[in-house]
Amino acid sequence: MERLELSQELGREILAMAKAKGASQGDVVMAESQSFFVTARMGEVEKISQAGEKRLGLRLFFGNSSGSASTSDISKKSIEKLVDDTTRIAKVTAQDPHGGLPEDAELARDLPDLDLSDETARGISVDEKIHIALDAENSALAYDSRISNSEGAEFSNQFGRVIYASSQGFSGEYSGSTFGHSVAPVAKQNGTMQRDYWYSSNRKFAKLESPRSVGEKAAQRVLRRLGARKVKTCAVPVVFDPEMAASLLRNLASALSGYALYKGASFLTGKLGTRIGSGLLTVIDDGTIPGALGSRPFDGEGLPMRKKIVVDQGELQSYLLDSYSGRKLGMKSTGNASRSVGDAPGVAPANFYLEAGKDSPEAIIGSVKSGLYVTEMIGFGVNMVTGDFSRGAAGLWIENGELAYPVEEITVAGNLKEMFQNIEMAGSDLEMRGRIASPTIKIERMTIAGE
Amino acid sequence: MASENLPVTFFNENFGIRSNDLDKVLDSALGKKADYADLYFEYRRNEGVGLEEGMVKSCSQSTANGVGVRVLADTKTGYAYTDDITIENLEIAARTAQYIAQNRSGQAPAPVGQPRGEGRDLYPIKTPVNDIALEKKVELLYEIDRFARGLDPRVKNVFVSLGSEYKVILVATSEGLVVGDIQPLTRLNVSCIAEEGENRQIGSYGGGGRVEFGFFVDNQDYQRYAREAVRQAILNLGAIDAPAGSMDVVLGAGWPGILLHEAIGHGLEGDFNRKKTSAFSDRIGQRVASELCTVVDDGTIPSRRGSINVDDEGTPTNRTVLIEKGVLRGYLQDKLNAGLMKMPLTGNGRRESYAHIPMPRMTNTFMLAGESAPEDILRSVKKGLYAVSFGGGQVDITSGKFVFSASEAYLIENGKATQPVRGATLIGNGPDVLTRVSMVGSDLKLDEGVGTCGKDGQSVPVGVGLPTIKIDGLTVGGTKA
Repeated sequence: MERLELSQELGREILAMAKAKGASQGDVVMAESQSFFVTARMGEVEKISQAGEKRLGLRLFFGNSSGSASTSDISKKSIEKLVDDTTRIAKVTAQDPHGGLPEDAELARDLPDLDLSDETARGISVDEKIHIALDAENSALAYDSRISNSEGAEFSNQFGRVIYASSQGFSGEYSGSTFGHSVAPVAKQNGTMQRDYWYSSNRKFAKLESPRSVGEKAAQRVLRRLGARKVKTCAVPVVFDPEMAASLLRNLASALSGYALYKGASFLTGKLGTRIGSGLLTVIDDGTIPGALGSRPFDGEGLPMRKKIVVDQGELQSYLLDSYSGRKLGMKSTGNASRSVGDAPGVAPANFYLEAGKDSPEAIIGSVKSGLYVTEMIGFGVNMVTGDFSRGAAGLWIENGELAYPVEEITVAGNLKEMFQNIEMAGSDLEMRGRIASPTIKIERMTIAGE
Repeated sequence: MASENLPVTFFNENFGIRSNDLDKVLDSALGKKADYADLYFEYRRNEGVGLEEGMVKSCSQSTANGVGVRVLADTKTGYAYTDDITIENLEIAARTAQYIAQNRSGQAPAPVGQPRGEGRDLYPIKTPVNDIALEKKVELLYEIDRFARGLDPRVKNVFVSLGSEYKVILVATSEGLVVGDIQPLTRLNVSCIAEEGENRQIGSYGGGGRVEFGFFVDNQDYQRYAREAVRQAILNLGAIDAPAGSMDVVLGAGWPGILLHEAIGHGLEGDFNRKKTSAFSDRIGQRVASELCTVVDDGTIPSRRGSINVDDEGTPTNRTVLIEKGVLRGYLQDKLNAGLMKMPLTGNGRRESYAHIPMPRMTNTFMLAGESAPEDILRSVKKGLYAVSFGGGQVDITSGKFVFSASEAYLIENGKATQPVRGATLIGNGPDVLTRVSMVGSDLKLDEGVGTCGKDGQSVPVGVGLPTIKIDGLTVGGTKA
């Protein structure tokens, strides 16, 4: 079987085939990628993996009922089968009055060049990539004699291309790259072990943090965990470091997803226009930042990405919507349709961040007489329907405004509704390390369970 | 077994892969310097049907196929994969994977002997759920929606999903093994939201396995899932805030076995122990649990979600004793780690798909039944927590700290389960938690078949099981200090 090249034209051809079978609307999502990773451990290469993949997905509407199918077999025969299968599937689903593609007028017209790909980095040799992983791990291992073991270091990169075509006549495509490296050292003291990690990721190879800086940061993070103990159960102020504060923002983004909202499965259902946080809670979603990990020229339905204030000084200004969840709520899409090949759209934030405050992280820690500085959370103890929050935590205990000693095997619990209201300080240390980012934040009081 | 030859024929007929092609590619992959090479072919069809707001709104289907080429040279792994299964692409992938063996140092470990499984089929299936007419599945989802809504007027929304997978795999190794398997897998899930004034709560339940469609409908098991989801949501409407602090905890039978998966299972996977990054490293033969605890990992239980005839390296699955009467006995192994540690293969080399490198993973992990009556266990606790259902869990392998989150739990007061409490996370230390198991019930139950385990970015289906047990002192992470 001859494998076809993915292209906008192929997308249009498939939609024409579907129209001939009676489909009223449809769209095609195609993706191809080349990916690579190498891991190194204890000074030697451990794994190398290299691959190429292509996938093609079709969604069809017959009136208001719809179905989707996808395949990795990009041949003429397989595509004919895909159209037949999708047609068959779409006919058994319900007539959903809110179904369908977005309005023509909403579609993106001029696709911006957001500088998402680093073509110059295609030529980086495997040896150079190996060296990045080796160097990062080396820096961690050399940092302190208590670091004598490691889960390894990894370098990875991916070059991808996404093509979208819809029966309304929209078609577009973009290419993007991502590079990342990380290291996870293990430190030992008095017979107990701790592991931590640090990472850097970027669309541009040259903008990655140096292997040395990542290795040393990882080393510092693991060393400060040594000798961790439990604390007594109590209710105290809690400071979340930027990584952990970003995970609270991830919870916020899920609660603002149109799908969770119209289903009544979010603790923020019906809260638009009301106060959901303290005056320090200003949250932006911006899919138009050049070179950022969450930027794209158009969303999963061909709509323009945009910058919007989601929460303005505590007041909820915007949900995150695609056209379907928007219609369900009587609103327009906010350009947040996300797509995986072969599925109906979902909703995801673009580049979603809490605006920086004015306090330095040191000043925030300094304001706490006795409390917890959280640097790691584990587990899935977040109930999006009620906002109930209870997760395993590790970090450092704050005494008289200083980081005093490491703590572990404790939980930090509260309710997200109250946690956002009780943000007392926001740090000046915002850095877009990923698609979702936050500065350090302090929450007035939460329950710590321990001994 | 029947499924041993079918995959060979399948990949021959559909992709033109013949057995002498396999030998040629394996030769290129092995080159002059590598110790071992294998090919993993996979064909997979997935189908998902979903209902919400009384409508089957979504239905999707996907087909994927690909092949991964792996080369091992002492501790090193070279891997390449392609979703375009042709001999040319296999050759390219083999040469890419070979790269790893170019600069090798040190001596090769002794090759691991390859046990051959006797013919068996743990999941003989006549009609995979994927091949059942879509209309019948759609009808089932509507029936569940009607049934669940009929149970209580406070049920405001019902979500039902039916996901099925049909997977054909074929493993060919440089040791001359060619083995395949056909692995069907289905899961039915029911969630509902109950509302009372401003109070809104969710309940979820489900089940499945390597089963036929009849599994869900023949004995109306779907009704049981719906009843449980509704009961949990309604129960949580009246739940109070969970307590915070250390207390005696009784875990109910079945799904709470996730404790074993998180607290000890991951820590006993061979890779972490070879690298000595697990809190259980070098502890074989030591006491890590109370004498009442015997824990096994068993991939051979018929039709279970966590079972497989052969693992993704072609090794027949096994029943491995991890802890015997409190003493640590064994690790879970894949080929690489068993070889390097000079330990036996256990049939736990698993991977998410052809795009992933195998790792030691659990199958069905559970504790054997003890002698206490479950009522007596509850009766023995003056003040504590009784947890019967859980969401997910996670573990930090190196420090041994694990968590798992209760979705249905009650206060225990004077030997009786009383007030239901809202979700709380339980946290403990893996090497320590089982030493505090003071009673083990006679009521071992395996879970309903809903578990998925994530490790290093790879998801695989697993099972867990537990009799009712009592743990003396575990930290409960509620909000009521």
